[in-house]
Amino acid sequence: MSKLKIGFYWASTCGGCEVAVLDVNEKILDTLKVADIVFWPVVMDIKYKDIKAMGDKSVDICFFNGSIRNGENELLAKLLRKKSRILISFGSCACGGGVPGLANLHNRRTVFEKVYRESVSTKNLPGVIPRTCSEAKEGELTLPEFYDTVKTLDQVVNVDFYLPGCPPPVDLIAKVLQSFSSGTNPKKGSVLAPEISLCESCKREKGNKKIAKVKRFHETALDPKKCFLDQGIICMGPATRSGCGEPCLDANMPCTGCMGPIPGASDQGAAMIGALSSILGIENEKEKSENDMDQLVGEIKDPVGTFYKYTLPSSIINRRVK
Amino acid sequence: MAVDEFQPKILGFLCNWCSYAGADLAGISRMQYPPNLRIIRVMCSGRIDPAFVLEAFKSGADGVLVAGCHLPSDCHYVSGNFKTYRRIAALRKLLQQLGFEPQRLRVEWVSASEGARFADVVKEMTDEIKRLGPNPLTKTGGEFAGSSLRELERVASRVTSTSQA
Repeated sequence: MSKLKIGFYWASTCGGCEVAVLDVNEKILDTLKVADIVFWPVVMDIKYKDIKAMGDKSVDICFFNGSIRNGENELLAKLLRKKSRILISFGSCACGGGVPGLANLHNRRTVFEKVYRESVSTKNLPGVIPRTCSEAKEGELTLPEFYDTVKTLDQVVNVDFYLPGCPPPVDLIAKVLQSFSSGTNPKKGSVLAPEISLCESCKREKGNKKIAKVKRFHETALDPKKCFLDQGIICMGPATRSGCGEPCLDANMPCTGCMGPIPGASDQGAAMIGALSSILGIENEKEKSENDMDQLVGEIKDPVGTFYKYTLPSSIINRRVK
Repeated sequence: MAVDEFQPKILGFLCNWCSYAGADLAGISRMQYPPNLRIIRVMCSGRIDPAFVLEAFKSGADGVLVAGCHLPSDCHYVSGNFKTYRRIAALRKLLQQLGFEPQRLRVEWVSASEGARFADVVKEMTDEIKRLGPNPLTKTGGEFAGSSLRELERVASRVTSTSQA
């Protein structure tokens, strides 16, 4: 059997997904026995023309991380889709839009204003703002178009599999590499992570889930053994898929939802609002007035940032409307 | 009704035991109220997944009315209405952050004997949405931008099919 050809690409991303691949450690050597890495911009010198020269479907598996933020991201997504037999949406940004997706609360103009003019650390006296095309003495210079709305990978091309996580957990990456190199392909369109919620695999002591009040970190000392929700801290566990290996919980931090929505739910935030509302203030519920409940819910600061930290572009209402 | 006046599309989720019966009473009592509301009956207002509400707005509804049994003790399922209230309060906060006027989403308690109250709620809400104007998503090219009233029925069938899935 000839060796598998695999590739990695990054679009709008921090680069953590690339590091996660390297964190597979020596297992990557097993993969290299059966697979060749044909492109990986972060470690290999490769140009657009080299990718364009590849035959259609000549790459067996392409791991694509990062959201689609600008014209270059979209162009490469389309190009790599053409060149790859299997395209894996790799990491939270590609799957749900990720943290860059929170920019959908703003638009291109306000993002540019903030970054190039208003930010206190920016000194931009001539007020230069990037343009897609500008004249220089060397000739015409171009930049990719910056989009108003951040998109997920599957909003611009067809995706074969999803491997969420910020970054995707090493165990799952190793498993995926193994399963593809042994030729056992999972069902197309599936998420390559367990079909259960994080709460189901969480080892913390679970109580009766009655929250009297939503608290923030600085308001309480966190018990490292007890369920965060029982302690009044918003933990995205009920609305989030399991499979991360729970490093945040082990570090006594609640889940922020990077593995994306639980199986069966398309909108992670809606799922979490449903779950949280069912357990918030249910002690002596009948004595509470509408005002009391408004106050309870008012303690949730920044609903979008809390419930859609990684999935705003893939959610039902995927951006601020005006 | 002026011909070119903006006619909002309002989607109503009414609970089986109180509010739907209240709407029924308004109907059999021949009470007049604006035709802008399209109703989906649910067994309990507490059954309304926040995703239904978001899906309705995404599909171009200008307003969403959720109606259930009166607080504190009318709920057929004991406390579904309390859960609804908190859900809607959280959703209103979320919608506001996403650029929608929170008044577009409303929760009201209507009992089976309150046909007149139901008609008043619909009148009041229709007026309020008329003041607010169309769903901001339809202005920026939502799925059903410029759609007719009939299309809301399509939305309704889609939302209910989500609930069956």
